[in-house]
Amino acid sequence: MAADIEELKKKVLDYMAKKSKFKPKMYFKDLCKADESAKMREIKKAASALVQEEKVEYWSSGSTTLYSLKGASSKETDTFEHD
Amino acid sequence: MADLKKHDTPLLDELKKGPFPSFVDDLETRGKGGVQCCYDLLGQLELSYVHKETHWKHGGIVGVFGYGGGVIGRYSDAPEQFPTIAHFHTLRVNQPASKFYNSKFLNKLCDMWDHRGSGVTNFHGSTGDMILIGTSTDELEPTFYDLSHQFDMDLGGSGSNLRTPACCMGKARCEYSCLDTQAICYDLTMTYQDELHRPAFPYKFKFKVSGCPNDCVAAIARSCTSIIGTWRDNIRIDQKAVQAYVGGEIPPNAGAFSDRDWGAFDLQKEVIDLCPSGCMYMDGNDLKIDDRECTRCMHCINVMPSALRTGVDCGATILNGAKAPILEGAQMSTLIIPFIKMEYPYEEFKDYVDLMWDWWMEEGKNRERLGELIQRQGLAHYIVDILGREPIPQHVKEPRSNPYPFWKEEEVPGGWKRNLADFRARHLA
Repeated sequence: MAADIEELKKKVLDYMAKKSKFKPKMYFKDLCKADESAKMREIKKAASALVQEEKVEYWSSGSTTLYSLKGASSKETDTFEHD
Repeated sequence: MADLKKHDTPLLDELKKGPFPSFVDDLETRGKGGVQCCYDLLGQLELSYVHKETHWKHGGIVGVFGYGGGVIGRYSDAPEQFPTIAHFHTLRVNQPASKFYNSKFLNKLCDMWDHRGSGVTNFHGSTGDMILIGTSTDELEPTFYDLSHQFDMDLGGSGSNLRTPACCMGKARCEYSCLDTQAICYDLTMTYQDELHRPAFPYKFKFKVSGCPNDCVAAIARSCTSIIGTWRDNIRIDQKAVQAYVGGEIPPNAGAFSDRDWGAFDLQKEVIDLCPSGCMYMDGNDLKIDDRECTRCMHCINVMPSALRTGVDCGATILNGAKAPILEGAQMSTLIIPFIKMEYPYEEFKDYVDLMWDWWMEEGKNRERLGELIQRQGLAHYIVDILGREPIPQHVKEPRSNPYPFWKEEEVPGGWKRNLADFRARHLA
């Protein structure tokens, strides 16, 4: 049975809030730990919906993309290995 | 017009002295036309040459709403010296299949980019996208609006996304093409829109489509999944045309080496002796090919295109895992599916893509390419356990030096017992 997207969104947000105290930017794979019983595609739908709702934002180096809670990542100071 | 400030660039000026056109000249010309950011770009590059380190910061929360790729954030770390390039973001624009467009379109695109950004472009980036270099954060959304509403264009892939699929010119202009590469490229682009724009992969992923084994887009060297046109029947031979090549009536290589006199065409020396599997021979005046041994190297067809043509039962060979050298060096693609028909709507191919992506998303480490995962977990595991395909000799790099790579203990009568500690006592790892 497909996971309830609202429930998943809440789990993802809770997980990010907990995690962002230590690491503001997360890989998609980290988000999947929010609910390990859910399918990755379901988590992705939830993450994309959170981006649409402007609660989560993408951070991209150009070669790798990370997720962060809105405002948790400073755009002026971040740098990342790039190719 | 505001005062223009040209920075001293003695080191960059050296680059103008060579025989080839220089980007320094190009940027200076544009700077003279009133575009200060081109002067600032050169100034910052000069500074990097002096300091021997980059003055770009990159990455950030730049993008257009809802997209996780397509914009690569660039910031100068010397904005006070070079204020017009304090923000200088790059946009990747999904190129039309095979890069077909007309000058009207290009003129309009350049006018838009002059208005919205620096006017500096890179046609094309390595992946194939049209690269628009240099704009500020507040111009990103208007540029995307113009691209999507006035040009019917979309942003390309960047970050941990599916990158913009690329293809050769295919049947549009090439008689060798065994595939409608443009149709496949377009279909993959449209089918996987979500993967192109909203990241969920461990790292980048690339599809490239070549119409024939000449592989003009270098799919085998550059893409995680290479789709390369091939045929499974026989090379078509026009014996009269073969004799016309031998008699000098038709120039070999379609006249490509006519700049000097290379002597008379020698079929034996230039074609038959160069066949990598030695599957060609002359039977009287007839050229014969043992097609079972043909490895699709394309040499004979390239030399005598009027006499030899690809077969008619066409499809694609699928390979996986090419990458550039971040971990363990560059890697070419490995054969996975020797032949697949690739007929619309490409269901068989897409079923395979689902299996591949599910495994990679589940097992791939962050920043691990598909080719690296295959290397880490093993080709045998990937082919047999993940894709559920029968192993064939062509999957094995050296079939005669190791004939048992896919055998499991339960498949061998009686199985086998193995004591690793005992083995290691006699053999160093």
